[in-house]
Amino acid sequence: MTTGMKTTDSSLITHHSSLASLLLTLADDELVIGYWDTEWTGIAPVLEEDVAMSSMAQDEIGHALAFYELLSSLTGVAPDAYAYGRRPDEYRFASLLGHARGDWAITMARRYLYETADAVRLASLERSSYQPLADLVAKMRREEQYHLTHVQTWFERFLAHPGQPRDRFTAALTGLWPDALDVFAPLDGEDELLADGTLPEPMTELRARWQAMLQPSLDRAGASVTGSAPTEPRRGGAHPDFAWLHNEMTMVYRSQPGAEW
Amino acid sequence: MSTFTAITEREVWDALQDVPDPEIPAISVVDLGIIRMVEVDGERVTVEIMPTFIGCPAIGIMCSDVRERLSGMAAEVDVRVTYTEQWSSDRITERGRENLRAAGYAPPVTPVPPLGDSLFPLALHPNIPCPFCDGRHTRMENPFGPTLCRAIFYCPDCKQPFEQFKAV
Repeated sequence: MTTGMKTTDSSLITHHSSLASLLLTLADDELVIGYWDTEWTGIAPVLEEDVAMSSMAQDEIGHALAFYELLSSLTGVAPDAYAYGRRPDEYRFASLLGHARGDWAITMARRYLYETADAVRLASLERSSYQPLADLVAKMRREEQYHLTHVQTWFERFLAHPGQPRDRFTAALTGLWPDALDVFAPLDGEDELLADGTLPEPMTELRARWQAMLQPSLDRAGASVTGSAPTEPRRGGAHPDFAWLHNEMTMVYRSQPGAEW
Repeated sequence: MSTFTAITEREVWDALQDVPDPEIPAISVVDLGIIRMVEVDGERVTVEIMPTFIGCPAIGIMCSDVRERLSGMAAEVDVRVTYTEQWSSDRITERGRENLRAAGYAPPVTPVPPLGDSLFPLALHPNIPCPFCDGRHTRMENPFGPTLCRAIFYCPDCKQPFEQFKAV
């Protein structure tokens, strides 16, 4: 918590520039997948995965904080106010990340789709003309390598076990696919972001690249992926599953509004 | 009148050798390679720190430890976190690697392979020498460990689990 920063002015949170809007989508994605990942701490299928999920959750929430801090430097709103001070429907994460963690197959299918999409997005943003973002993303990509290796390992593991493991994983990929496309939903003010190079490439182009990269793997998994590309900006926070997580993750913040920790 | 005598950048670097990594106290922040820059301007000292991992919970502690160590040396001490340049495990000094080994941690593979364009570049290396018996039949048990910067290995030669400072 930082003193001297605005913590309650909701209008400052909801009205922002296109750059702030981009940072908010990146931060919210990482925050929410991080919190869902923490739901496995203590109950993952094997001990090693308990450690892995907890570690990745810490990475993702750390990345979210770094994005919120960048945003905070533009708006003066405290990072915690973004992370914990908004109503559920004000969060801008992709609808893929609104779903409850589900079982292990759903968790891994979601992580697989998200991490591969995030990798494509970060590779592009490393060339952003907004240098603080490009610098941060360069660091993030090195850490995300470990997450990519993790989901790739699980992808192969599910595929190597026909029957229930493989079937459940394939069904999860198929079921989550339409919402995974939302990672590349058009951004508020995307034209502006493209014009000044903050966003090096349009979201539609990133989505096409990701889909082309993933297609051979999805075919191998037997996932039937259909669904139209989103035409509206994200509103993942409206996902019904998120209300429960929102209540959990904001509980401490709400218990003492404005407190310094 | 100033109560501080002029100090040099060298003296600041030497002082920072006394500041350990709070998670692995065997290594100093200097040998860990996280100090990007030291600048002395009259009575003002500026230190830039590059986090090992973005989500590292020890960053705040390291910043205040650095500030505290330098507090008697200059009137104003400014410690900042920066991503202008990214920390890589290749920045760990030779002395730092030796200290890690002596404390039972395998140092990270160096040089860290460059990030390719491929979606799944494998940054994990097999056959890390065991820090206890130097055995070469080790295997990675988990690329994730008790802290963000550590991976878990096992050495079948001396039957000892050990941790590696991650190559990143």
